[in-house]
Amino acid sequence: MKLKLKLPNPGLDERIPSHAELEKLELEEAGERPQWDNKAQYMLTCVGFCVGLGNVWRFPYLCQSHGGGAFMIPFLILLVLEGIPLLHLEFAIGQRLRKGSVGVWRSINPYLVGVGIASMLVSFMVGMYYNTIIAWVLWYFFNSFQDPLPWSQCPVNENRTGFVSECEDSSPVDYFWYRKTLNTTPVIEDSGGLQWWIVLCLFCAWTLLWVCCLRGIETTGKAVYVTSTLPYLVLTIFLIRGLTLKGSVSGIKFLFTPDLDELLNPSTWLDAGAQVFYSFSLAFGGLISFSSYNSVHNNCEQDAVIISIINGLTSIYAAIVIYSIIGFRATERFDDCLNGNILTLMNTFDLPEGNITESSYDGFLQHLNSTVPAVFQDLQLKTCDMQTFLSQGVEGTGLAFIVFTEAITKMPISPLWSVLFFIMLFCLGLSTMFGSVEGVVVPLQDLNILPKRWPKEVYTGLVCLVSFGLAIIFAQGSGEYWLALFDGFAGSIPLLIIAFCEMMAVAYIYGIDRFNDDIKFMIGHKPNFFWQATWRLVSPLIVLLIFLFYFVTTVSKELTYIAWDPQSENFPTLETKSYPDWIYAIIFILSGVPALVIPAVALYKLIRNRCCAKEEKHKAAEQLYSISDKIQIPDELDREQRTDVYRCDLH
Amino acid sequence: MLAGVLLLIFLPPLVAKDLCKDSQDGFKVRLSIKTGLGDDAYEWNESEMFLFRSTLAYAMRKHSNQDTYTIDNILVCNDTQRVSFVFVVTSTDDPDQLIPKEQVELAVRQNKHRINNAFLLSDMTLEFMGIPPTLSAPIIYDTEPWLIVFGVVIGAVAVGIVALLMSTVSKKRRAKEKAAGLSEEDEGIVKENGTALSSLGRKEGVYNQAFSNDDRFTKL
Repeated sequence: MKLKLKLPNPGLDERIPSHAELEKLELEEAGERPQWDNKAQYMLTCVGFCVGLGNVWRFPYLCQSHGGGAFMIPFLILLVLEGIPLLHLEFAIGQRLRKGSVGVWRSINPYLVGVGIASMLVSFMVGMYYNTIIAWVLWYFFNSFQDPLPWSQCPVNENRTGFVSECEDSSPVDYFWYRKTLNTTPVIEDSGGLQWWIVLCLFCAWTLLWVCCLRGIETTGKAVYVTSTLPYLVLTIFLIRGLTLKGSVSGIKFLFTPDLDELLNPSTWLDAGAQVFYSFSLAFGGLISFSSYNSVHNNCEQDAVIISIINGLTSIYAAIVIYSIIGFRATERFDDCLNGNILTLMNTFDLPEGNITESSYDGFLQHLNSTVPAVFQDLQLKTCDMQTFLSQGVEGTGLAFIVFTEAITKMPISPLWSVLFFIMLFCLGLSTMFGSVEGVVVPLQDLNILPKRWPKEVYTGLVCLVSFGLAIIFAQGSGEYWLALFDGFAGSIPLLIIAFCEMMAVAYIYGIDRFNDDIKFMIGHKPNFFWQATWRLVSPLIVLLIFLFYFVTTVSKELTYIAWDPQSENFPTLETKSYPDWIYAIIFILSGVPALVIPAVALYKLIRNRCCAKEEKHKAAEQLYSISDKIQIPDELDREQRTDVYRCDLH
Repeated sequence: MLAGVLLLIFLPPLVAKDLCKDSQDGFKVRLSIKTGLGDDAYEWNESEMFLFRSTLAYAMRKHSNQDTYTIDNILVCNDTQRVSFVFVVTSTDDPDQLIPKEQVELAVRQNKHRINNAFLLSDMTLEFMGIPPTLSAPIIYDTEPWLIVFGVVIGAVAVGIVALLMSTVSKKRRAKEKAAGLSEEDEGIVKENGTALSSLGRKEGVYNQAFSNDDRFTKL
């Protein structure tokens, strides 16, 4: 006996194309829906959407901070249990129902349209801030065409006696990022006005995106040949460059040194789960859309597995490259620190050069400490610890714009490496944005809000224009704080809720039996026990656990942000400040609105159906009376015709 | 007599050393030759010291526009293994009087790059304690390089957008023309046995009404 829970879902067959209809569509090649030119385009687009900035600047940090090589274990386990099933689900449902996210959920059940709308809202908000990061990447890219690089030295103050104090206290790379690029204000309430150079870069980023997305997958399909493949080329170049630099191997060793105790820490598993989830760009609606342009018998199971493996391997590869460069930077810093100390010692004790070397440093220090401890204390030598340098805050924008740019300034031919690095980041970001725009434009078309006869160019142009307009808030002095806010709340919680609803909808409202039959129809064999278990139990459970964890930690602690405040005591260390009260309203809008849209739309539809049902009953009743009054229904004729049909069949 | 002669011989250097050691107008100089030049480092000896004193005399000459400064006006003391020492400048008129600190500082600052080049060193490796180096002026561009690259990228994007939009417009125009032209084309295509059949517009061919469907049942 099969104990499969399935919620009642009347009228499903009317809303979705049947298998026969799908075969017909396949043969007729209905020109209305766009199609991929070839399989390679589809795979490159999906890989580009999944592989993004997070693979480069979030995964390596998580890996290093959660026990190095040991982190691979939870990451790979959750990749298999959470990432691949969800990916397969989205591909299969898109390919089967041949619609974007709103269309798919509307087909399954009209009450679920809210899930599609939530996906659209999240895609829109995430796209808004993600493209701002691309604008920052473009700014650095534009500034890379000069030697020396502008972030390699501090600017000189007015009377040319020294450097600008803010730069002197921190470092040239920090100064260039916080002052020259962002022009940050000390607190989020202080807007600081619009920074015109960032507005220009934003404009450039959005128009570049528009030109690539102009005609939907017709144009993005061509663009992905470059944007999805170039990052791998650049990563390889950096790997070769990195391995030839001094100290790179120590970085890689630091990354992969396993600390198996970390596996007992629940936050390791939760971070791994969250990383897998966000890294796959699930619940944005873009993947469902891309998959719906495939032919019906495309092997979506194989695609899901291949793309998951590529995504996982890319994360590991990028981590190796990043940490080889970080190892180089840490070694350089360590050498500088040590040489600075040696210089101080030589100057104080007037010793000839070359008397103290790096190897004899420790011995000398001990000798000094024993003979002249008073003088030794006064010297205030800096502590040079390699481990500290290796683990210095290396995730997110800090990694790309501060740590890596510093490492680049120490390499010969710096402008070349800088240009390559920022082109890579640009391509990684842009290919993710394609999926984001798809996740907004297609639902917009499906919702029939705007006139249908408007061409695709107008839709994409409108989305880009509105996003650009709203993204201006990130071009203010306080823009970085707003971006961190969006990053923390717009993308995290709503996506988990949407993914959970997706799995519940497919497994229990659409029906897992029907879904299995669909997959058998599409790829030729029924999904095996692994898929059944993960879709119905394991993956939703994992997503639910991650959601609960995030929700509880966010709600329980006081929300803070880190600020760059030259007036603070601990400058240049970033200062933790708490948000003002009105920020909580914004947070609620970012996280709450997409999540609440799901029940709200369902409720709205329910109410409308009840009202409309009553009206329809009235109308139908009236018509019956009027028809029977006016027309004689020829019952006799109908019966005769029906018997004729039966007679023909007997032949 | 002998004592007097000896005193006369040794007095000037002794006096000179006192002038140098106790004075407030002296500057400490530190050279880091090995750090600056690595393998090409030269040995610090009396000849190098001679060069140093002569470059300083040169700096004083240039600053004061007096050609009377000689190497004897530069006194050096506190020589260490580090290669650091203190120097003072005596006045040309009176060997017991020292040139004030500020004057010497100005002279050194004006000619620092010449002094550095004489020793193949830089501001970092040839330090005058108390005289901050004058940093080089920042490079001022006529147009910032980033604006140039920005302009190039925006130009390329604009060209791309215009080209794509034009191709869409021309595609639509061609489609319209095709739709109008189809009705003309059809009349020419379907011609069998010299007769121009009216276009029935079906893909599978032309329906020949002479052929009857009843053939299906004749097998019985």
